[in-house]
Amino acid sequence: MSDYTQIANSDKSIPHNNSVKKETAISLIKYSIVGIVFGIVFVKAEIISWFRIQEMFKLQSFHMFGIIGTAVVVGALSVAVIKKFKIKTLQKETIVIVNKPFTKGHIYGGLLFGLGWAMTGACPGPLFAQIGAGIGSISIVIASALLGTWTYGYFKKKLPH
Amino acid sequence: MNEFIQTISAPWPWYVAGTLIGLTVPTLLIIGNKTFGISSNLRHLCAACFPANISFFKYDWKKESWNLFFIVGVILGAFIATHYLTNPELIKINPVLEQELAKVGITDFKNLLPKDLFSVEALFTLRGFILMVVGGFLVGFGTRYANGCTSGHSIMGLSNLQWPSLVATICFMLGGFIMTNFILPYILQLK
Repeated sequence: MSDYTQIANSDKSIPHNNSVKKETAISLIKYSIVGIVFGIVFVKAEIISWFRIQEMFKLQSFHMFGIIGTAVVVGALSVAVIKKFKIKTLQKETIVIVNKPFTKGHIYGGLLFGLGWAMTGACPGPLFAQIGAGIGSISIVIASALLGTWTYGYFKKKLPH
Repeated sequence: MNEFIQTISAPWPWYVAGTLIGLTVPTLLIIGNKTFGISSNLRHLCAACFPANISFFKYDWKKESWNLFFIVGVILGAFIATHYLTNPELIKINPVLEQELAKVGITDFKNLLPKDLFSVEALFTLRGFILMVVGGFLVGFGTRYANGCTSGHSIMGLSNLQWPSLVATICFMLGGFIMTNFILPYILQLK
């Protein structure tokens, strides 16, 4: 497992990567540029459409399965290449992928999110993209999602994990 | 140039979209050692705006501000695509779905979302309220409880071959399948 001398897989509940140096506001803009491409893809491939999500869960269309499947294959090949060739970041740091340890929340939370995903027709990314696409009423859905996240934080210790 | 704009204005096929989304994983790793995941932004926004002394929201959210920059980009990208790369044709919906929705009075297929369900007016109908408010709550609560969403688990986690992310993804799909096929038909009748 010599890969892991270069690629440290760490388990932390807060997804922060402490090995990363602080960045300035200017250098953070590069993440906005990646976000812009992502937002364009969301709209142009109709991923933010409520109808596409209904078609997916009714098995009436291959579109969304094709997108998620291709994304996973391309992502997995990329991660494998990064590990194999020990590719560093542009700042010459070792690439660290922060993994998430399993809890029962993956099952309970996963099912609850699935219910909400089919209702709103959007996961968190598309919700923000819908705002950009000019569907202002989605701000109500986002406000409710924030309340949901806040409520989880409030009750976290009492929930089974 | 015009031809190029015309080509990218038509709906993008799944393999183009899937490839670009998959490439987000190595791009974020290489430009700044960042692990892809979008739902964390909901947590960062809670931590920034209403931490309320809850330990789950007591962390240095500013260290994660790259993700908020990312999401601002997503909003801008969606704006650009909607205004400058407009698809000249209507979104093509499976005719079976169209018929099923027409039976419950959803007949507006002009937009990405049905106006009959997602609009300020719809909020004051029972089904609109349930879909927007209860649905939104479940998205925010469920993603945090599962410690990730479609991007963090289904794309990033699966790309790094993490079995917990596979469990989460199966549960996302199962929840969605149950809602769409067994619960939503009843909700849509509540006008």
